[in-house]
Amino acid sequence: MSENLTFRFNVEGDDFTSAGQASVQVKKNLRQLGLDSEIIRRVSIAMYEGEINMVIHAGGGTAEVNVCEDYIEIILEDHGPGIKDIEQAMQAGYSTAPDSIRSLGFGAGMGLPNMKKNSDTMTVESTVGVGTRIVMRIMYKEGCV
Amino acid sequence: MKISRMQELLDAKVLCCEENLGKHVYSAFGCDLMSDVLAYVTDQAVLLTGLVNPQVIRTALMMDMVCIVFVRSKVPSDEMLALAKENGIVMMSTNKTLYNTCGLLYSNGLVGTSEVTK
Repeated sequence: MSENLTFRFNVEGDDFTSAGQASVQVKKNLRQLGLDSEIIRRVSIAMYEGEINMVIHAGGGTAEVNVCEDYIEIILEDHGPGIKDIEQAMQAGYSTAPDSIRSLGFGAGMGLPNMKKNSDTMTVESTVGVGTRIVMRIMYKEGCV
Repeated sequence: MKISRMQELLDAKVLCCEENLGKHVYSAFGCDLMSDVLAYVTDQAVLLTGLVNPQVIRTALMMDMVCIVFVRSKVPSDEMLALAKENGIVMMSTNKTLYNTCGLLYSNGLVGTSEVTK
């Protein structure tokens, strides 16, 4: 692959029922490229969790997926309230999601830890009142990033 | 276990993708919490749930699940049906509870997803 392939999405934040549409599309696109199914699965889970988070907490945002030579990169950006304590937010089971979201099957505090689990590198930059930027990379083979 | 065998055991109504009843599932996960499905399902599994919203289908899609069984006679919306059809996911509905559904499948040889380790 000489040039990177990029997919960009606007993630709408006003309707939870449509959350996850971008991830479904990315999975389809990656399948069409004939990538390894385990890589596609990890990218899908990491992105879907991130997309759901953006809808629940930040009123939507943007998602960019770069298919590079050695890895796939997912960049999620929002202009939501930001994360006050990233270390705390990374702990499994910690959640600030409202009950209305829990009744829909989410908000159990598993999103960020699961994104980390499914990516090889993940950076979270967040400023309260400004927004959050998350970059995840999933390598095709060990040692490529 | 073949999906058609699950359908017999649960006396379930097939809601879509009947052409895929010959596919196999290798384990099962029973849960209304999609966060846990995303965190713990590891192989080609069937999702047993009483939760009804489009995220159930999208979650199953992300996890490469080929079949969803709605328990307690829950029925998915038209939007959910369309999404499942588009992706070849068999959806069924049974009048059994989640506990009894799990019990029936387990006692007939369908194991659960591996134990959760912290």
